Amino acid sequence: MSILDKFVPLQHAYGELQRWGADPFAVTFDSVRSPVEATIDGRPVLIFGSNNYLGLTFDPQVIASGVAALQQYGAGTTGSRIANGTYQGHAGLEDRLAAFFGRGSAMVFTTGYQANLATISTLAGRDDYLLLDADSHASIYDGSRLSAAQVIRFRHNDPDDLARRLRRLEGQPGHRLIVVEGIYSMLGDRAPLAEIAQVKREAGATLLVDEAHSLGVLGENGRGGAEEAGIEDDVEFIVGTFSKSLGGIGGFCTSNQPNFDILRLCCRPYMFTASLPPSVIASVQRGLERLHEEPRLRLNLHRNAHRLYGGLSSAGFILGPHPGPIVSVRLPDVAIAVTFWTALLQAGIYVNLALPPATPDSHPLLRSSVTAVHTDDEIDQAVAAMTEIGTALGVLEGGND
Amino acid sequence: MTDCKEIVEHIVEHLRTVIPPGTEISAESRIVADLGLDSLAVMNFVMALEDEFDVSLTMDNLAQVETIGDLARTLAALISRVAE
Ligand SMILES: Cc1ncc(COP(=O)(O)O)c(C=O)c1O
Repeated sequence: MSILDKFVPLQHAYGELQRWGADPFAVTFDSVRSPVEATIDGRPVLIFGSNNYLGLTFDPQVIASGVAALQQYGAGTTGSRIANGTYQGHAGLEDRLAAFFGRGSAMVFTTGYQANLATISTLAGRDDYLLLDADSHASIYDGSRLSAAQVIRFRHNDPDDLARRLRRLEGQPGHRLIVVEGIYSMLGDRAPLAEIAQVKREAGATLLVDEAHSLGVLGENGRGGAEEAGIEDDVEFIVGTFSKSLGGIGGFCTSNQPNFDILRLCCRPYMFTASLPPSVIASVQRGLERLHEEPRLRLNLHRNAHRLYGGLSSAGFILGPHPGPIVSVRLPDVAIAVTFWTALLQAGIYVNLALPPATPDSHPLLRSSVTAVHTDDEIDQAVAAMTEIGTALGVLEGGND
Repeated sequence: MTDCKEIVEHIVEHLRTVIPPGTEISAESRIVADLGLDSLAVMNFVMALEDEFDVSLTMDNLAQVETIGDLARTLAALISRVAE
């Protein structure tokens, strides 16, 4: 008997996956040359599975800012934000974020995961209610487990179900904090934010939007889904990450609430972890400026997104409901998904493989995504490779379902 | 229909439509371990029950539920609280 025995079923499932000839959880890039080009096992591949929406990981200015800060301030801070881990860069980035979103304050966290863990667990206290979209990211669920509040799920992207659940709480004391995402990471679908904001207003609830996948992607200024829907004033808390469109790592929460900064003294995932290295802070700050200076990156991203979505859709794949930078192909079962993913890698295209229960509807997904810097040729190459494999495996619409 | 036994019957009727025919099912059946429902199927059927009885189960409520009887008792408690 070992303490690890409870993981035997998981071990079996993993072994099964490896028997089909693939280990999607152990992919190692030997080298990465750009947001698009890398090598795996010595073979060149085009990256069509990342969250590098604006392609900023290799932006020369983003890199130069990081290098300069690394040399000037050293490799790490070795301390918490509330001890020795706040440098001018951290404070400056918070001011910059608050200004970008037009809000009073912002807090920077070491990851986006911790930003959700921290804000959700701290904002919703013992007498409060958390209302989560059922397809919420793990960091939102984990934040709700760390919170003392009662947690209620509503059907994915269903404002009527949210309204019903809020109505059932009428007469109960406590705040209601609604948590949704601008773009959902698995299928790339968007929240109906205008309708959700209306439900929120009618119920007198508080709204938190996680713009992890929509920062730099949606809205005229790249502020995300709330900007695009024109409901920024209804959103009390915006959470986001630096690990996607900004090409770095870290997370944030920004708000107009008076006294927001008191959270610095009670958010445990903010207080009890070391702050981001100064080089990361400098790169992210430059990335945020690039996002603002270069709206053409966002335009390219959407052009590329439509090319990939259009190509795969005309080929007959079953895709998520909204064209966007995340284009997910739904496949009938895990065996086919793993076979497809492996063949695609052999053809020189890397995409993410998402397996249930991490997918929304118990079907596996090939989650592909584009950046602003993919070329038309590269996208066409990916569509051609996927179409060829999809045809051979009989998964195109009208094929086998 | 706030009586626990009636709710059990209702749940059993509901579940028969989603489990393989011939599967034994009673108030003592464990929803995941005995009936083999995955987490998505459980969520969908719980949400359908929530609509019918016009109540919301919290994640804490759900974490305490193992058998059909547990679920019926939880629903009955929520329904009587609404009726108060
Ligand atoms: C919706 C959502 N929120 C938060 C996160 C966490 O972000 P990070 O990678 O910065 O920890 C992710 C990324 O996986 C996400 O998809």
